[in-house]
Amino acid sequence: MIAYIIKRLLSAIPVLLGISVIVFIIMALIPGDPATAILGSFATPENVEKLNRDLGLDKPMIQRYFIWLGNMLQGDFGRSFSLNKDVLDEISERFGATLVLAGVSFVLCSILGVVAGALSASRQFGITDKLITLSVLIGISIPSFFLGMMMILFFSVQLRWFPVSGMWPIYGARDLSALLSHLFLPAVALSVVATGVIARLSRSAMLEVLRQDFIRTARAKGLSEARVIWRHALKAAMVSVIPVLGVQAGFVLSGAVYIEMVFQWPGVGRMLVEAILKRDILLVQGGVVFVAACYVMFNIVVDIIQSLLDPRIKT
Amino acid sequence: MALLKFSRRAIIAAGAAIAFATSAIPVTAQTPDDVLVVGQIAEPKSMDPATVTAVNDFRILMNIYDGLVRYKDGTLEVEPSLATSWNISDDGTVYTFKLRNGVKFHDGSALNADAVKFNFDRMLDDGHPYHDTGPFPLSFFFSAITDVSVIDDMTVKFTLNAPYAPFLSNLAYPTGLIVSPTAVKKHGKDFGRNPSGTGAFKFGDWRSNEAVVVEANADHWEGAPNLNAVVFRPITDANTRTAEMLAGGIDLMVEVPPLALSQFQGDGYTVHEQAGPHVWFLILNAKEGPFADVRVRQAANYAINKEAIVNDVLEGTAAVAAGPTPPAFAWAYNESLEPYPYDPDKARELLAAAGADGAELTFYVTEGGSGMLDPVAMGTAIQADLQAVGLKVKIETYEWNAFLGVVNPGLEGKADMAEMAWMTNDPDTLPFLALRTEAWPDKGGFNSGYYSNPKVDELLEAARASTDQNERARLYQEMQTIVQEDAPWVFVANWKQNAVTSDKVGSFSLQPSFFLLLDGVTKN
Repeated sequence: MIAYIIKRLLSAIPVLLGISVIVFIIMALIPGDPATAILGSFATPENVEKLNRDLGLDKPMIQRYFIWLGNMLQGDFGRSFSLNKDVLDEISERFGATLVLAGVSFVLCSILGVVAGALSASRQFGITDKLITLSVLIGISIPSFFLGMMMILFFSVQLRWFPVSGMWPIYGARDLSALLSHLFLPAVALSVVATGVIARLSRSAMLEVLRQDFIRTARAKGLSEARVIWRHALKAAMVSVIPVLGVQAGFVLSGAVYIEMVFQWPGVGRMLVEAILKRDILLVQGGVVFVAACYVMFNIVVDIIQSLLDPRIKT
Repeated sequence: MALLKFSRRAIIAAGAAIAFATSAIPVTAQTPDDVLVVGQIAEPKSMDPATVTAVNDFRILMNIYDGLVRYKDGTLEVEPSLATSWNISDDGTVYTFKLRNGVKFHDGSALNADAVKFNFDRMLDDGHPYHDTGPFPLSFFFSAITDVSVIDDMTVKFTLNAPYAPFLSNLAYPTGLIVSPTAVKKHGKDFGRNPSGTGAFKFGDWRSNEAVVVEANADHWEGAPNLNAVVFRPITDANTRTAEMLAGGIDLMVEVPPLALSQFQGDGYTVHEQAGPHVWFLILNAKEGPFADVRVRQAANYAINKEAIVNDVLEGTAAVAAGPTPPAFAWAYNESLEPYPYDPDKARELLAAAGADGAELTFYVTEGGSGMLDPVAMGTAIQADLQAVGLKVKIETYEWNAFLGVVNPGLEGKADMAEMAWMTNDPDTLPFLALRTEAWPDKGGFNSGYYSNPKVDELLEAARASTDQNERARLYQEMQTIVQEDAPWVFVANWKQNAVTSDKVGSFSLQPSFFLLLDGVTKN
């Protein structure tokens, strides 16, 4: 088991290095440099050159990459010029907000998705199944940013139940209830699509398991239907559902970009969008590497859990 | 049956949880009276005025700092602020300012001639001990300064390398706002997060991506402001900003999207509009291709239905532009100019005379960008108008930064026309940087269409060297007439900045400078 974990961790290194190279090259190749972005209409060649020099962008590309990589390995992600702030400070601050949003959405969509899928499978072709399948189809089809805007219009502007945007109230206590009221709409909007995908896959995984012999045996032993479904079948079905959860975690994390823009959630997705528009190279590069590292680690954890559930995977 | 029981229990539990969650939620927290919440369009970069370039940041900074001079309410003409009076030498190269007595920075230190000298040396002198608190991207506004010297405690003298008429209005621009040297020395590179000025509001708190809070400065030299505090909230998404305004989360919203304006027509809101020093135009490649012929350039001006663009595409948030200088520069604007009328027949005639019927044109369009309004929709409308008079227009679309990367180096060999917009603080800036022969891209200017008229060059040089406003006005007005006739650009629109306030907000008005001045504003 330990050997397996070490092997998985080692395999992450080339992935992350590759990502660092790719994001560096993309940022170097996209048209428009930071100095032009800062100066806007005032970007004369002379002003651009001077500002690039001040920003340390006049060195050759290869050299810049290794300086960046070297600094990063020592924990120095550089300074964001668009925010005038240490990149790592900004990322860790923003990542916390994304983690709260994406984490809650992920838990929400995992539980709702698996339960809906299992429920639907256990009553295949019944009215529950049809209702769930229909809502799942609708959920998968609605773009999350559109859903988010509609939710803002209905629940925040019309009913005034929830605040429109942000993570904390401008005035008043920063307690759990304040956080929950700000979190509710974005978390729901973010989890809808993933819930649908997970529900679909759980349903088919369950259907497959329910046809197997050991289920018939369990029923023959006289176990209650609830016990058969929720203990025996679900555990077996989870083996094929969990890797999907890992992938969905990635989707939730990337979907957070839209949701954070719509709800002005101070997370890392919104940070990246704004940083790209401002050509804040170090912030984009640092942010992407950081998010990628988290995603890779998350998948390793998922793999390990899966290998615990299904001993055949450990090789 | 057992299964159903389970699911019913689950549903009840879930329902209870939601009910609990909603009941625990406080109604949207009310902001206290006398605290104004402003919906901004982005997170500010820094509170150090010398280091920022965005109007969004200026909106906050103009309330924390004062400059030596400022724009008179509702105009773009300068009046005294931290300087009570000034003298200009006859040759226009020496400016001597008398400073206001008894003014203190928010950190308690005194405003004096040394402080003013520190501000400009920090920006302009590479060897200054605090030059590393930059970079200072707009320091070229003051590149004419060769020396700042302290005459006595309250008198400071600027020496310029040549007469430079826009100097005073550049001092009124945010780049010229005066910061506390004591605070810069104390905080170094972090001054931008710990600002200290002399303005009507002092810095309170900056919660990243949530809010910048400024509080009333009871000791302001003009008296304390009416509001106790102002909260600037960055809300990047325009639809979300609109929703916050409708839900009461903000009291004042800037840059309302044209389509959202109708939401605020009823009671409870006031919509403010103010034309600013902005012009939206098409750069025409006068060096090669069909637009090398002045008749074709004029034809393009006749062919494009500008009324339809400002009314239908921009929903009335802009006015038709007549020439290169926006009417907001009232003193320098040539009132006798009439915009090119929409006259497709005249356009066809001119095209036929020039033999440019059916010419093929490449048109650079941007997806967005500072002051560009709705560039894709406008570009499409323009394309349709030009097609209607027999020109074949091919659009190439670029993201804003990439767009500047292809347009600023010049259109030669690439395109015949490109969208562009400028917002400036002096009538000198745009024509000087974008219409002179000396401003062709290879000479470091923005004349990307290679327009050249020696008479215009002469007028602009003379206007820059003169320190007499009436003389300058006459020169600019003559320049506008010639440029309109020469048609190096298609003059399309002058943007009207807008804002919405809730009915709690009083005494608010937008400024032609596009700054947000809140010291007189009330809220109850």
